[in-house]
Parts: sequence; structure tokens; C-alpha cells
Amino acid sequence: MPITVKTVGRPTTESSYVRAALHGMALTFKHLLQPKWTMQYPEEKSSATWTISSRYRGTHRMAVDETGKAKCVACGLCPQVCPANCIKLIPGEDEQGNRYPLVYEIDEFRCVFCGYCQEVCPEEAIHLGVHYENAEYGREGFVYDLKRLMAQPHEMSTLWDPADPKGE
Amino acid sequence: MKWVTGSAFVYLSAVKILAVFGLLMLIIAFWTLVERRGAAFIQNRLGPNRVGPGGLFQPVADGLKNFFKEETLPPFADRALFVLAPMMAFIPAFLTFSVVPFASPLPTPWGLVRMQVADLPIGFLFILAISSLGVYGFVLAGWSANNKYALLGGLRGSAQLVSYEIAMGLSAVAVLVFAGDISLNVIVARQQASVWFVLPLFLAFFLFLVAAFAETNRLPFDLPEAESELVAGYHTEYSAMKFAMFYLAEYSNMVTASGLLVCLFFGGWDIPFTSWDNTAPWTVWKTLATFVAFWAKTLFFLLLYVWVRWTVPRFRFDQLMDLGWKVLLPTALGYVIFIALATWALEVPGHEFGVREGLILAAANVVLGYFFFRVLDRNRVLGGPANRGRKLWRASAARRRS
Repeated sequence: MPITVKTVGRPTTESSYVRAALHGMALTFKHLLQPKWTMQYPEEKSSATWTISSRYRGTHRMAVDETGKAKCVACGLCPQVCPANCIKLIPGEDEQGNRYPLVYEIDEFRCVFCGYCQEVCPEEAIHLGVHYENAEYGREGFVYDLKRLMAQPHEMSTLWDPADPKGE
Repeated sequence: MKWVTGSAFVYLSAVKILAVFGLLMLIIAFWTLVERRGAAFIQNRLGPNRVGPGGLFQPVADGLKNFFKEETLPPFADRALFVLAPMMAFIPAFLTFSVVPFASPLPTPWGLVRMQVADLPIGFLFILAISSLGVYGFVLAGWSANNKYALLGGLRGSAQLVSYEIAMGLSAVAVLVFAGDISLNVIVARQQASVWFVLPLFLAFFLFLVAAFAETNRLPFDLPEAESELVAGYHTEYSAMKFAMFYLAEYSNMVTASGLLVCLFFGGWDIPFTSWDNTAPWTVWKTLATFVAFWAKTLFFLLLYVWVRWTVPRFRFDQLMDLGWKVLLPTALGYVIFIALATWALEVPGHEFGVREGLILAAANVVLGYFFFRVLDRNRVLGGPANRGRKLWRASAARRRS
């Protein structure tokens, strides 16, 4: 121990060991009997004190119109804005001149869940979802095609609303 | 009824060895769960509760996992010692429990059987001798792994265990002097006849408790492991069953230390305020009742280990050495002298110590304990550099004033 160690002397009442240790023992015993905070995850996904935010950005969803078709008009904005380059879109056009996606695939493995695609979409077609349980047996399973994106049942993310920054 | 002799003694001893080993393993396995769930509860969590009802089979799952994990061997390790070290830690840890009596004698068709694996006349010396052998396991593990952290852990372990062994032995000497015998059976019998030794020998109990925490490498004295400083200390390089053996050794040491505390200070298998349990004729029911009494007390101390572990932070190494050599050792020495003098003063020829002598000494302990804890609490001893700094500062301030 170097003899030059300089420390400020504390009053003895504040630096007792025995009393502090006993105090600590009493405290931990109190905690032993207190209600537990653990949420038992697979069975219990939200509790009285905690629910997942509606702004959560998770697995994508494609919105559908009344006829059951995807709202997407294949404008190409979402692959353009995507920073992770994970959206693959090949546009097609029918006899009336309506554009629709021939291929629309999102690689959820590459996605960074920034939510730009949802923000940029003029038709409010592609959305992020309030969903986080996506396990697959291989990488191929994470490439979601249009059919699968339309079939996702979970809530759509509301993202951050500039008019309501705190989500109240 | 006579004690068992001859070949029946040999066979019954073999049965006892198996039964006690199984019981110890069961308690240890269960206690790893209690430790984890206790930790969780103290931290307002639930802990492992998935395997079986309330997580009861978690130790089984852990055990299976340890069997199937890869046994690693570091390339520059000393192979022979690396393999030997876990056994060196494991065997003494289990051997020491053999002299702890855990119930009243059991009547069998072949005679009375002591509920103790080996009734050694030198009981306590045996424990001191064997438990200090466990140090080799830690030191060899630290040395053979060829890892800086492991070596540091092993060195710390050796220094700590050797230092606290002395305090532990000396504090127990007070008990041996007061009981007038060294066999644990006799010590338990003396307590049944008078009072539990925790009353007349409270300071010895306190010193023994602290030393027992240090001897078993448990927080606040877990410096050999010190996961926040030394990765995992002496068993950094170990995996699978070799690692599990260190774990088993640690928990087995805890059980033995708790059992010893109970035997030396809390009347062993005595049921308090009654005498039917410690007088002949012996029956199976008495054995069962005293068995439960012994384990209830022992489990309380095991719980204390868990409780303290999740409360008190780790000592610094110089504080640990200060506590061992500057507090526990002199106090234990002084206490032995005090107890020796008191025993000599209270001694009446042809009369064994009873409740009266016990209570007189208990009163003396209150006075001694007051001063002891006052000194300990005033931060004069454990202050370390902080205290030294304050003294230097005061001295220089006095010089400036004058």
C-alpha cells in the first residue's frame, strides 16, 4: 500500500462496518419478501405496469384494400429510401394502366427496422408491425414475400407522431 | 442396548457412508437451486422456475449439462495437476463431514448405531487437518492452468485459507476448553447437559462464523474467485465436470461448516428445552426427530450464507488480511486465555459445567462483546489506507496549528 494515499477522513458513525452490514442484511431480507417484478415471458407478454408500445417497429405488414388486394402501387419509393437495401420490388402494370408489384420481397434479416418505408409510402401500404417473435430454421425463412406480408396478423406500428412526440 | 461391533459394524458403516454421501449430494444439488432462487428473490426476481415444479429439477438439468459439456484442457496447462486439482478440492470437502454427528443413535437388530460416519475421538482435529488439505486443490488449480488470473486466484486462496484456518481453530479451542473434550459427540452431549455453547461462548461463535465464511470462499471473502476482478479465479480454465467438482466442493464445505457451527455452538442434534431426545432408551422416532432438528439448524446457517452473499460486498485483499491477522487472531487468542481462566475459576472438582456456569459466562460475553463490537465498528481496524490517511492528515494538521 503506497503511503502517499490521501483520503478524506469520514466521521466514525458513517464508516462503521458492523452496523452497515446489519443494515444491509435487513434491507435484503425486506427485498426477499417483496413482490417480484419478473414477467414470465412466453406465457405473459404484458402486465399491468408494462405493455409493448404501439410505436414498436417490428416485422413488416402490407395493408390490403377492400377487395383483398395489396394497397401497394409499386411506386418504388420504399426500395429507394431503404438504408439497408432489403426491399426487392419488380413493378407490373395491368390493362387499365394500374401499377402493382409483380414481386415484393422484404429480407427481414437485413432490415434495420428504421421505419422509413412506412413513412415514405404514399398509399400507406407497407407498415412496420408491433411484433418481435420471428424465429426461423434458416435464412431463407426471413425473406417475406408479398403474400406473407399481407397475411401478417399483428398490429401495425404507429411510428413516431410529430404532433404527439411523447405518445400521450 | 449395546453399540454395534464386529462385521455388522463394517457393513453398517459402509451403508452410512453411502447414505451420508447421497444426502450431502442431494443437499448440495438442492442448495445450488436455493442459492439462485434466493439471489433472485433478494433482487426482486423469480429465478430459475422452469424445470419441474418451482424449478425443483434445475439441479438435475445443470448436472446433465455438466456431464455432456466439453472438457477443455488449456494447451500450456500442466496436465497431471490440472486433472488432479478438482479431486484434491472435492475429496477433503466431502471427507470432513464424516465426523459430524447428525442424529441420536439409531437402534438396529445388531445394536446401537451412531448417526455419524466415523466416531473419531479426535473429531475436531480431524476436521481441521482434512479441511486445510482442500487448499491444495485451489492452489494446484490456479498453478496448473497456466493462466494469470487463475494463478492470482490460487495465491489469494492459499493466503486466505491459511490465515483464517488459524482464527477458526483458535476460536474453536475455546469450545474445546470449555467442553473439556475434542470429540464432537462429547461436545454435543455437554451442550445437551447444560446450555448451547453459543451463550457462554458467543464471541467464539462470532469469530468461528466469520472464519467459516472465509474458509468456504464465500462472499464477502470470495477473493479466490472474485468474478469481477479475476474472471473466475482459480477455476477460470475449468469446464464441465471438473468445474462442477469445484462447485460441489464449495457447497460441501458450506454444509460441513454449517454442520460444525451447529455441533459446536447450537447443540448439534439437540432439541431445545427438552431432554427426552438425548436420553436412552433410543428409538427410531428420536433419531428421526433429532435428525430433523440438526438439519433445520444446519439449513438455517446455509441460508445465512446465501443471505450474506447477496448483501455484503467483497473485501479488499488488504482488508481481508487485516481482519484475519489483526482482529480475528488476537481476539481469538485473548478469548482462549479468558475462557481458560474462567474455566479454571469456575471449576469445582467432581462437578461438570452446567447451566449456572454457562449463564455466568454468557454475562461475561455480553461485556466482552460490547467492547469487541465497539472497536470493530469504530473503523479503527478495518479502515485500511483511509484510516491511515486520516491519521496522517490529523497529524499534519496538528503540526500546522502549532
